Amino acid sequence: MSVAAFMLYFFGAVAAMSAIALVWIRQVFYGAILVIICLLSLAGIFALAFAEFLAVTQIMVYAGGILVVIIFGIMLTSKISGKPLVVDHTYRWSGMLAGSAFFAVLVFLINNHAFVPADHADKLLDQSVQRIGTGIMTEYLLPFEIAGLLLLIALIGAAVIAATLKTKSNDVSG
Amino acid sequence: MFPVEHFLILGALLFSAGLVVIITKRNAIMVLLGIELLLNASNLNLVAFNLLHPSRLDGQVFSLFVIVVAVCEAAVGLAIVLRIYRQYQTSIPDQVSELKD
Repeated sequence: MSVAAFMLYFFGAVAAMSAIALVWIRQVFYGAILVIICLLSLAGIFALAFAEFLAVTQIMVYAGGILVVIIFGIMLTSKISGKPLVVDHTYRWSGMLAGSAFFAVLVFLINNHAFVPADHADKLLDQSVQRIGTGIMTEYLLPFEIAGLLLLIALIGAAVIAATLKTKSNDVSG
Repeated sequence: MFPVEHFLILGALLFSAGLVVIITKRNAIMVLLGIELLLNASNLNLVAFNLLHPSRLDGQVFSLFVIVVAVCEAAVGLAIVLRIYRQYQTSIPDQVSELKD
């Protein structure tokens, strides 16, 4: 087993274990940490699957952005009593049943289908960063601009929703 | 080159775990974490299918857009959670049932 294969299965095992542990965990803060571990090991898998740009994006966006936002959300929605935020579980057995049945169906379908790679697959993926860069500015320009606009709209909307708006009656002098 | 089936099975496992988290947890932030797991499972599948057809980079570029949409969803979702917490003093989705009553 080569080093790359060992690293791939190591990252895969870490991602799978943290995702399964998220089902049983009760404290929301530990849940956020587990999700970040899962997403960072997915970034390692992306890097090993010739998607380096995606791996770096994943690390920057999730470890730098979403983790901070989620931890702020946890801190702002827990009652100020010093106790950690603990969640209950509902529909436990039906949820487990639905999840495991869905997983079984997916594994069955994956095993029944033969995925045939195209020819000389390894060589073309080497310059993927360069090709993504030129592709974003040429072929995928319209979706790129639409994604930027969507991000702008969503962030302005989130700021407006989360802001404390003053009512009109308090604002007479202004 | 690794077999694509292993990526797909890991993606299926992450998707199922995210589904169970969404169904069972009684906290809106945990539900958002489960949605993040679902989106990343789909990203893993897109990267794995890009391994099969490397002459085009559609899979990787599409997963970049999926990451952008995930960021929008997390920002707006957490803003709504904060707003609901300020209004109802709870972050349990089952207790916000004013429309149902």
